[in-house]
Amino acid sequence: MESQKGATEQSSAELAPTEQAPAGRAVTLPPRPDLSNGHDPTALGAQDTIEVEIRDLCLSYDGATQVLKHINMDIAKGQVTAFIGPSGCGKSTLLRCLNRLNDLVDGCTTSGSIVVGGLQILDQTLDVTALRKRVGMVFQKPNPFPKTIYENVAYGPRVLGIRNKAQLDDIVEKSLRAAALWEEAKERLHDNALGLSGGQHQRLCIARTIAVEPEVVLMDEPCSALDPIATTKIEELIHELKKQYTIVIVTHNMQQAARVSDFTAFMYLGELIEFGQTEKLFTTPEKQATEDYITGRFG
Amino acid sequence: MAASKASAPRSSGGGMFRGFLRSGDPFIWLTGGALAFSLLMIAALIWIVGANALGFFWPDRLRAVDLQGGQKLLGAVRAQEAIPQQTGAAPEQYRTQFQVANRDLYGSDFRWVDDSLMTGHSFPEQAIYLERYEWGPFFGFLTTVRQDGATVAEGFVHAWPEFLALHARTQATLDAIHAIEKKDIGNINYELEQLRMAVKRAQRQETDPTRAAEKIAALERAIAAWQQTYEEKARELSALYEENARYHIVVQDIQGNEKALPVAHVVRGFLPNTMTWLERLGLYMTRFWEFFWEDPREANTEGGVFPAIFGTVMMVIIMSIVVVPFGVVAALYLREYAKQGPLVRAVRIAVNNLAGVPSIVFGVFGLGFFVYAIGGTLDQLFYQDSLPTPTYGTGGILWASLTLALLTVPVVIVATEESLSAIPQEWREGSLALGATKWETLRKIVIPGALPGILTGTILAMARGAGEVAPLMITGVVKLAPTLPVDGHWPFFHLERKFMHLGFHIYDVGFQSPNVEAAKPMVFMTTLLLIVIVIALNLAAIALRNRLRSRLRFGAF
Repeated sequence: MESQKGATEQSSAELAPTEQAPAGRAVTLPPRPDLSNGHDPTALGAQDTIEVEIRDLCLSYDGATQVLKHINMDIAKGQVTAFIGPSGCGKSTLLRCLNRLNDLVDGCTTSGSIVVGGLQILDQTLDVTALRKRVGMVFQKPNPFPKTIYENVAYGPRVLGIRNKAQLDDIVEKSLRAAALWEEAKERLHDNALGLSGGQHQRLCIARTIAVEPEVVLMDEPCSALDPIATTKIEELIHELKKQYTIVIVTHNMQQAARVSDFTAFMYLGELIEFGQTEKLFTTPEKQATEDYITGRFG
Repeated sequence: MAASKASAPRSSGGGMFRGFLRSGDPFIWLTGGALAFSLLMIAALIWIVGANALGFFWPDRLRAVDLQGGQKLLGAVRAQEAIPQQTGAAPEQYRTQFQVANRDLYGSDFRWVDDSLMTGHSFPEQAIYLERYEWGPFFGFLTTVRQDGATVAEGFVHAWPEFLALHARTQATLDAIHAIEKKDIGNINYELEQLRMAVKRAQRQETDPTRAAEKIAALERAIAAWQQTYEEKARELSALYEENARYHIVVQDIQGNEKALPVAHVVRGFLPNTMTWLERLGLYMTRFWEFFWEDPREANTEGGVFPAIFGTVMMVIIMSIVVVPFGVVAALYLREYAKQGPLVRAVRIAVNNLAGVPSIVFGVFGLGFFVYAIGGTLDQLFYQDSLPTPTYGTGGILWASLTLALLTVPVVIVATEESLSAIPQEWREGSLALGATKWETLRKIVIPGALPGILTGTILAMARGAGEVAPLMITGVVKLAPTLPVDGHWPFFHLERKFMHLGFHIYDVGFQSPNVEAAKPMVFMTTLLLIVIVIALNLAAIALRNRLRSRLRFGAF
């Protein structure tokens, strides 16, 4: 059943019109890339369901420089997808497209389409807060709010309108357990969250994110500010969370990508160079650039 | 590589000097010296003000000085200085300033005497110090106490206890007089004023002449009833005054000039030369207390400054109530909602420049806009009955506060904007990523985080407002306000009333008073009080900010 549905979506994705950028853009687009030079957007296996479907996505922050160039990619439900690539290649930008956080940047323009669970998210009439409730995000620098641990986790549910104390207590406990923080935090739920350690901060942020029960969790280099032990904990956590959530993770650490992800996308200079199953991409990359990067010859 | 160049040769003398220059040491000395100088100046200012102010209440001993030629004087030493003279003239001569008081006898309170003219001095035990409600203090000797014109006690030994007893009695009578004057007669006047306005209103609004006449007649009857009460109270009052007029004392200055004065005119009398240290301290505290809680006397040069403290504090509070919401909202829009561009930059520059506009300009604007335009219109619309006497169309505490709010709004805007921009972008993104709207993010994350900065800005604005004088002089501050802006009559807060202010008090007492020398301690004391209030506000700002900040930045990462 599941696989069949996936297959039909795949075929419709292939038919998606990617020929023309929307009219009225001031930017001169670079020549249409050879799709064969890109990748196969249907790199997913037959058993995978598509959660996020990115088609011909272009993005510019200033109207002149293309930061993302014609990205096509499918992200599988319930799997971990990693974005790797050298600094400035656009992987964080791509991630931030998925919850429209790039809207905060003045003058940011996008074209193409992103569909998350059947929702056209680049539609300007879309209620972004509704989108962001479905697509949560964990940031590079742990950013707990200057409130108590409890209030941090309850923040999202409160925004959703949950006022019932018992229900909030329940959500907080569940989320903290899911983020493997409950044992450490249960005695100090009403202490200031800023008193936790860096690794605990990041797990708190994960708990905060999953408290609103999103479908997709975006992680923007979640371990770059953490020590190896805290990193291990987060990676174990990602393994656990994958059972319930679709995870997209940006990382600079190729070992990490290899360890935690099922699919990996290698990006370079705003283009998606190669996208495929992690094992395959790391062992037998198709593109020379990918091989150079993962073997450490540049970047 | 570069480091080896920096620590290059220092062999020759010139090289050493250059090395010294380059090491940065002279710069450290320069900056440190500048800081030390500034601190010294501030410390000196506070020391001068404090030393001059705090000695004011200490009861000094009275010195009886014999002068060449058989003259005498009785007074407290206030200052001593070298007599200016040509250089080279043999040994330096000094002169001493005495406070001799007895303004009614001598015409002035102070006298300089060359030390060379003094032949001896003593501290007579019977010298009395009388603080009076009129003519300032009296230094001299008590000779007689009179009741109804007849002598009841003669000579210091008998007269002094008699005087103390009578003084307590007359003070009690005075308290009763004040109670009647302030409370009862004040009430009657208020009611009469209301009734007269009601008459005017009836004349103006009632179209039917018979009904108007009926109404007015009823009101006139009420007025007559109040007049009746007034006359009763006035009779009661004059009886009390007559009671107090029965008791007199006769005092003598050291030259033997006699003076009779009613006991009721004495605030307090004491024997400064026989007091113990503890008694002096007690008197010091009493006078200190009086300074804070009493009304001023003698053209503000004596008594307390309570109305000025009250006026200053109330004005600052009204100003804060207005300026904080406006400033914070403006800053929120500028920083959070407005599209950052040339226009917003221009607005920001304009706001900053507003802080540099001379305060008197704000005063003139306040007078023209608030007092004449808005106040005048309010009078036309709502207070027609009391016209041509203006109600809001003249300076008052509300207009002064609004003018100051205008003056201090840049402080709040700038402080709020800075604290908003100091909120980490990650917090906002974290909140937005959870599906919060921009407003929810502002309300729950950004504003609570910016609160320390907002509070700091507020208190800095309060401190600035508390110290401002020039714009107030034309928007509602007066030398002596008969009533406080708050009293027991509805609506309790009378924002149209004129008020007193510590800053203006300093200017008025120090520079507009007929007896500047006698008022000097008062000026210093008021200055000290104002400085203390401003410092206290600033300290409160710092403490509050640190408290909130530690809560927000606990365990920084």
